[in-house]
Amino acid sequence: MISAILVFNNHGKPRLVRFYQRLAEEVQQQIIRETFHLVLKRDDHICNFLECSSLFGGPDYKLIYRHYATLYFVFCVDSSESELGILDLIQVFVETLDKCFENVCELDLIFHMDKVHYILQEVVIGGMVLETNMNEIVAQAEAQSKLEKTEGGLSAAPSRAVSAVKNINLPEIPRNINIGDINIKVPNRSQFV
Amino acid sequence: MLGYDISWAAFNIIEVMSASKFTFKRIGYLAASQCFHEGTDVIMLTTNQIRKDLSSPNQYDTGVALTGLSCFVTPDLARDLANDIMTLMSHTKPYIRKKAVLIMYKVFLKYPESLRPAFPRLKEKLEDPDPGVQSAAVNVICELARRNPKNYLSLAPLFFKLMTSSTNNWVLIKIIKLFGALTPLEPRLGKKLIEPLTNLIHSTSAMSLLYECVNTVIAVLISLSSGMPNHSASIQLCVQKLRILIEDSDQNLKYLGLLAMSKILKTHPKSVQSHKDLILQCLDDKDESIRLRALDLLYGMVSKKNLMEIVKKLMIHVDKAEGTTYRDELLTKIIDICSQSNYQYITNFEWYISILVELTRLEGTRHGHLIAAQMLDVAIRVKAIRKFAVSQMAMLLDNAHLIASNTQRNGICEVLYAAAWICGEFSEHLEEANQTLEAMLRPKVTTLPGHIQAVYVQNMVKLYASILQQKEQSGEKEAAQEITQLMIERLPQFVQSADLEVQERASCILQLIKYIQKLQIKEVPVAEEVIALFAGELNPVAPKAQKKVPVPEGLDLDAWINEPPSDSESEDEKPKTIFHDEEQRPSRHKQPEIDEEELARRREARKQEQANNPFYIKSSPSPQKRYQDTPGVEHIPVVQIDLSVPLKVPGMPMSDQYVKLEEERRHKQKLEKDKKKKKQKKEKRGKHHRHNSLHTESEEDIAPAHHVDIITEEMPENALPSDEDDKDPNDPYKALDIDLDKPLADSEKLPVQRHRNAENLKSPDSEAPLAEKKSKKPKKKEKKHKEKERDKGKKKEKEKKVVEEEEEKKGEDLDFWLSTAPPPASTSQPQSEPEVSAAVVAEPEGVKKEEREEREEEEEEDEGKKSSKHKKKKHKKEKEEKSKDKKKSKKKHHHSEEEATESVQNGTLDDEPLPPMSSYRLLAENPYIKMTYDIQGNLQNDSQVTVSVIFENKSTSFLKSMELNVLDSLNTKMLRPEGSSVHDGIPVPFQLPPGISNEAQFVFTLQSIVMAQKLKGTLSFIVKNDEGSTHEKLDFKLHFSCASYLITTPCYSDAFAKLLESGDLHMSSIKVDGISISFQHLLAKICFHHHFSVVERVDSCASMYSRSIQGHHVCLLVKKGENSVSVDGKCSDSTLLSNLLDEMKETLSMC
Repeated sequence: MISAILVFNNHGKPRLVRFYQRLAEEVQQQIIRETFHLVLKRDDHICNFLECSSLFGGPDYKLIYRHYATLYFVFCVDSSESELGILDLIQVFVETLDKCFENVCELDLIFHMDKVHYILQEVVIGGMVLETNMNEIVAQAEAQSKLEKTEGGLSAAPSRAVSAVKNINLPEIPRNINIGDINIKVPNRSQFV
Repeated sequence: MLGYDISWAAFNIIEVMSASKFTFKRIGYLAASQCFHEGTDVIMLTTNQIRKDLSSPNQYDTGVALTGLSCFVTPDLARDLANDIMTLMSHTKPYIRKKAVLIMYKVFLKYPESLRPAFPRLKEKLEDPDPGVQSAAVNVICELARRNPKNYLSLAPLFFKLMTSSTNNWVLIKIIKLFGALTPLEPRLGKKLIEPLTNLIHSTSAMSLLYECVNTVIAVLISLSSGMPNHSASIQLCVQKLRILIEDSDQNLKYLGLLAMSKILKTHPKSVQSHKDLILQCLDDKDESIRLRALDLLYGMVSKKNLMEIVKKLMIHVDKAEGTTYRDELLTKIIDICSQSNYQYITNFEWYISILVELTRLEGTRHGHLIAAQMLDVAIRVKAIRKFAVSQMAMLLDNAHLIASNTQRNGICEVLYAAAWICGEFSEHLEEANQTLEAMLRPKVTTLPGHIQAVYVQNMVKLYASILQQKEQSGEKEAAQEITQLMIERLPQFVQSADLEVQERASCILQLIKYIQKLQIKEVPVAEEVIALFAGELNPVAPKAQKKVPVPEGLDLDAWINEPPSDSESEDEKPKTIFHDEEQRPSRHKQPEIDEEELARRREARKQEQANNPFYIKSSPSPQKRYQDTPGVEHIPVVQIDLSVPLKVPGMPMSDQYVKLEEERRHKQKLEKDKKKKKQKKEKRGKHHRHNSLHTESEEDIAPAHHVDIITEEMPENALPSDEDDKDPNDPYKALDIDLDKPLADSEKLPVQRHRNAENLKSPDSEAPLAEKKSKKPKKKEKKHKEKERDKGKKKEKEKKVVEEEEEKKGEDLDFWLSTAPPPASTSQPQSEPEVSAAVVAEPEGVKKEEREEREEEEEEDEGKKSSKHKKKKHKKEKEEKSKDKKKSKKKHHHSEEEATESVQNGTLDDEPLPPMSSYRLLAENPYIKMTYDIQGNLQNDSQVTVSVIFENKSTSFLKSMELNVLDSLNTKMLRPEGSSVHDGIPVPFQLPPGISNEAQFVFTLQSIVMAQKLKGTLSFIVKNDEGSTHEKLDFKLHFSCASYLITTPCYSDAFAKLLESGDLHMSSIKVDGISISFQHLLAKICFHHHFSVVERVDSCASMYSRSIQGHHVCLLVKKGENSVSVDGKCSDSTLLSNLLDEMKETLSMC
């Protein structure tokens, strides 16, 4: 089982966070932070596996990661997954992103967070690997975005939904949402595969 | 989401999830999957939405719902939706199938009861034509089997087939991993696997697959007895391949190679040890994880022969290592390696002590306490080494300033704790006790942490006592007084300590010594008495000893010692008196507080007790004597310490010297042995000639430098040998430890959506208190539904039984399959064979018979008892079958009990058995096929009903390509897949072999439900037999009665009364004469055939309620007179009511 998939950039800003087991937000943050510090220390030419028994509370878990340009893709898996298999899977996932976004870069992940999730959902669901064939993944993802287009996309949102968003009980929202690097230096757009 | 809590938006998310457009639905589910969890309270609102999406005609709606569900499935959702998901496992689209299969795992985790009913279908999916679905099924079963492998052994042949046929590496890896988990349970399986696995290892180019194969081969080899000579080839192959991996430039492969190597190491250390060079090389790797893995390997590779060499290498690494974490890791590894299995590999403890002393020079290590613990352990348990250890420790104390230079961040000063203790406790071995005592009294000591100072203070007195004795014996009274004076001068610095413990001890001891001084001035010999303070030896106690003390008989730890004070007593009195004493319990550290006499008295008493206690293990004949003339020293084999070892020069590594010494010693030994051997050889020339010459120095040949007796740690008498490492009872996977080979019982089936929904959604009266209803919901199970459900369950059961039978056969097959491996191992069988074979013999007959019966009556109930009796008579002679019948009859008894409780709940209190009833009516029949059908209202849609048709093949031919078509009316239409015209038929999703029946469901949409409807239809099918195939047709008339639009809905009498009072109901009534059956049966019939529920029953009068799919309320008042029954009805639609009553009249008149 895969227990978490994390994507963050070289500065530790999370770009995609997907936990397959229930953890409180603070714990999630903690894990992301610690994972980042663990991974950051390692240079590119050493092995891509990391034991992290303390992070998930079991000796069974391993971090398997890959580093592409500005992004780290980290999978946290238990012993039922093949280490090399997961490395391949990360490659497949990134290549799929590349196909779907055409030369994917970090900004794509920021602006199309939902899409990235949808693609991920075609690869892994509930912590288990659904599909490893890239063409199949791309086909399903595209079929769904086509379906979305025929519906007119999000622009045709019903007014009720718009008002619902407006009427959200504001005091409960964290007001100081830290947008962080809104004016980030544009990461090098070089294709990161 | 992205680290922000968005639980406040949960309700809005549900709103978006229920949007009709895919775009919004998808976003809703995505948000839900990120933030919903078991604690989200609104999650219960989603059940029906999810169910609707699951059954959506658009595959992506279904897909999105499945994906979302995988992230937030709760036990409730799992229970309610298990059946729907199971249906999706046979969806036409592989895209949905594979998702559904994967989700089932999550469902199993949350709702373990679903595993058994769903398992046969899951197994089917292993052979799905779509590779994706297949891989998903393999994935799920592997995940299940990993936790509880023994239940999945029977699948081994199937997986074996998949392994040899599949080309998908993902699937292969999973299967191979699964086999790795199964082999420990069934060694014969391992034998069968070795060959194909080695083939794969040779043939595959994928490193991932190669690695997993090697891993599983290792697991196989571990499971087999290691004495098998023909497997050494496999081990060699594995080790070779791993060497290639380790030598690879890819760090990942190197890492994995080391990881797998450590697994081989456990059982075949010899084959790994030959690659020591490679592993030592890995210690130089720039990658920390690889170095750590290599360290792990070294741990297992040490032997008496190479321990010193390996540790020497590690010591070099310790010096080179940058980064404290890695250095700490090295340090712990060195200690682990040396101390493993009770210091098994250490031949020279002096060497070990000097290694420990060298390790104290590490700066900034956190593991000072580890080193300290080792020093203490070795010094206490290896008597022969004490003298050496004490001299080394004295040196450490002398150089304490080096160690304790920066106390704040330095954990290493912990070793001073050990040093002080050892010097004090074994002070008889100290050569220059005075010097050591002075070192301990230095002002610098006060900067050490409190607990260390405390030990210092305590051990100073021990030292002082032994010096005093020494001086007195040699008659140096001056010197004795001097030393007392020194103590009195220096001790006050500890009395001023901020640490309570230190202060307390110091002031006690100061007083004691002042007293001694007084005696000394009077020239009274005191040494004897002082030394008596510390007489006796401290024995090592095993860390687990306390836990293992068995509870003596008759001691109840839970019993009150004093009765708890009654509540009426005032609060402030009670707790203090109970617990106060406990806190005051004298601890070991506070010993000095007790005055000397008392102490001596106690000591005496203890000695007495120990002497009388037959279980007390005395380490030496008379421990107390040792302090007087130290007689033990003579029989301790004292080692001649080579003068080349500069013992007293601190700061220089000495352990290397030992390595050299050791080598020399071994060399000498070897030479001596060789000499002996040569002599032997001469004697035995010709006989063992070759054997002897090949014989190299083996481990046993290395005699330890001195005979050390390692004292074992003390354990309480009759300690329990058990290990308390029980598994975590909260393990979620434990619930999934379910035997899957047992045939399914009747009660085991997934909850079908219908009744739950009926209660959930369509409450008859909105005014009725919702909460109350909910709480009662699970209890109120309407009989009609249960029966129907059971009917269905039974049919499923029938199918399943066939599957189960096969499965049982497979169980047997497994043995057969495994036994083809050359030597049938005498290990435990996965299933007890006699039982299986008996069951297989008995089953076909019994099952067929049962099926026939079931077909005739469609109901078990009391019939069950009869049939079982019946059977018993029949098979009286055959013992095996008899026992089996008993089992069956038990099962049936159980059922009738269930039935009884149901009827009570239903309001009918009589115990009379109910006659068999079936809601399935004949639709059409011809020599080939028989169709029976039942109509159910569809809850999700107020204008839909579901028609379940059972097709039964009566012929001896194979029926296929069945297609059902009806002629739609204006009001009633069959729901056809999108894109097909009204004239197209719907294919029946299965084929029928001879004698088999199966059920298909068709959905119809309706406009008005107030009238009964009839639809004409045709079933076309192809009959295939030996002579060829023919096309056949069967016409039928589908009758939609008004009762089929009703849904059994419970109603409470108060709500019912309000409904009747409201006055907007139309009324009508009927009367039927000539009724002879009991009132209870009558009500049961109405409930069953017309979907009513009893609201209240008084004598021979009952009120009943039901509700149509379009929300019409129908209320009945049924009265029984002499031979007649009158039914008064009230309904919101008069036409519906009159039609219903007409139908009812018909039913009743048949009674």
